[in-house]
Amino acid sequence: MKDLYRGTLVRLSDESPEVLAKAFAKWNQDSEQHRLADDDPAQLWSEKKLKEFIEKRAENNSKSFRFSIRTLEDDKLIGGVGLWVASWTHSEAWMGISIGDHDYWGRGYGTEAVRLILQYGFLELNLRRISLGLHAYNERALKSYEKTGFKMEGRMRGEGWRDGVHYDSLWMGILREEWLEPQGTQP
Amino acid sequence: MLDIQTQLFEAQDVRFGPIDHETHPEIESKWTHDAEFMRLFDLKPARPLSPAMVKKQYEAIEKEMDEDKNLFYFTIRAREDDRLIGKAVVEWISWTNGNGYIRLGIGSAENRRKGYGSQALSMLLRYAFGELNLYRVTAVVPAYNEGALRLFQKFGFMEEIRRRKALNRDGEFWDLLSFGLLNSEWRDQNRA
Amino acid sequence: MKDLFKGELVRLSAFDPEELAKAYTGWTRDSELTRLFDAGASALHSAKAGKDFFEKMVKEDGSANHFFSIRKLDDNRLLGDINLDVINQWGSRDSFVGLGIGDRNDWGKGYGTDAMKIILRFAFAELNLRRVSLSVFEYNPRAIRSYEKVGFQHEGRQRGALLRDGKRWDMLYMGILAEDWKEQNHG
Repeated sequence: MKDLYRGTLVRLSDESPEVLAKAFAKWNQDSEQHRLADDDPAQLWSEKKLKEFIEKRAENNSKSFRFSIRTLEDDKLIGGVGLWVASWTHSEAWMGISIGDHDYWGRGYGTEAVRLILQYGFLELNLRRISLGLHAYNERALKSYEKTGFKMEGRMRGEGWRDGVHYDSLWMGILREEWLEPQGTQP
Repeated sequence: MLDIQTQLFEAQDVRFGPIDHETHPEIESKWTHDAEFMRLFDLKPARPLSPAMVKKQYEAIEKEMDEDKNLFYFTIRAREDDRLIGKAVVEWISWTNGNGYIRLGIGSAENRRKGYGSQALSMLLRYAFGELNLYRVTAVVPAYNEGALRLFQKFGFMEEIRRRKALNRDGEFWDLLSFGLLNSEWRDQNRA
Repeated sequence: MKDLFKGELVRLSAFDPEELAKAYTGWTRDSELTRLFDAGASALHSAKAGKDFFEKMVKEDGSANHFFSIRKLDDNRLLGDINLDVINQWGSRDSFVGLGIGDRNDWGKGYGTDAMKIILRFAFAELNLRRVSLSVFEYNPRAIRSYEKVGFQHEGRQRGALLRDGKRWDMLYMGILAEDWKEQNHG
């Protein structure tokens, strides 16, 4: 059986609320990271409040599959990735990923985490398609998603607004049959 | 222009940080025992608070931020050692009208007059205008708070309202001034 | 002793949550009224929601908030309401007043002005307040004139504080001091 959680650079894991809250508090402080990953205004929640959020969301997770990302080399917690099932009947889910630690951007860690979550979604959850959205200004993420097989499906004009600029959001998707085809590069 | 690389929460000597429920209540409790600070920062009657009361306030603040979504509260820390030196808020936001109120204060006298207030206000305005996309912000200042009056004037705020004798302290009546700054004005200033 | 709550055209009375809620469902259907009165987005309210809201107000501490119905003197018809919110009990004894006449057919007949005269007497002669303040929208000239007539002075405006129909409007602030009022009414 394939080791679903392990790649060559990273592994997927689960963490205690305390550990996660501490990590989030640290990453939140980096507003660039937040503005790449998130739509909500960047905010600085206390560790205590973050722990509450984390505990609360764990209560209702029949459709959410969240993982933390740790490096294989030194077991460092660098981010999170997850799938949210929009509908079991349609067998479709949304994917989200965020590498909180700036030092691990642009080095293949995020791309591998995406590969692992796609594998999980298609082999373990038997999904039919996986979707995602991203800010048009997030070029690094766009490259990573194209590399892992996502296809561009749409653009919402001016969906976001920051620093006085209206920016577009992009929407991508990958179908089960596309993912099952050999991709030509590494698995 | 869209500039996600420039940090929202970092300035030269200070940064914005979250509430630290463990260490901040005691520090803030000391501030509340300094009537001068309270009278500069708040319009309510000055009243000292125990660390336990401050802790309760912090919980209420985070609850309100989470539920009402029209309050954004930041602690101001010194960059050198991350110690708590003040607070800054955007509050009473009316989203459909795109306006809100701002307030900030440096807790202890020894940290004032060092330019920290200017740095904090600069970050707060960028947050209000660049992240919350407000059309305008208002700052309410008692006429006796000369430090604040100077600060807001420096940042190009316009005195918009003077509510006569709206405040009574030390047996004297003071006007309450209301200063306003538009997003477009702030943007023009920063372009220049 | 003068009847504190009686004017020349109207009188102020205690409000009945159920009656008021019913009236509001009618009045709030007139979006011109709600847009003159309320800075929040106009909304329609059910009679039950209105009743719950007003009943809650009855329970709350009456020492800071004084809410009255406005009734026509001759036939006792419910015209609207007026409320005085004491925002500073201990020092400047400042308050904010808000008033609304519900049915547009009752506008421009002096009812609002009369109600305001009554509330000012209540504020200064009964509650011993030192200031009554109000805010009014730039696009409500009828109200502004009425307030000027009664003795409020202009104290400034928040530029562009309201956005309606794609246009920016100022929020005007006015105030009257006890000494101003005393001069006008006894001097």
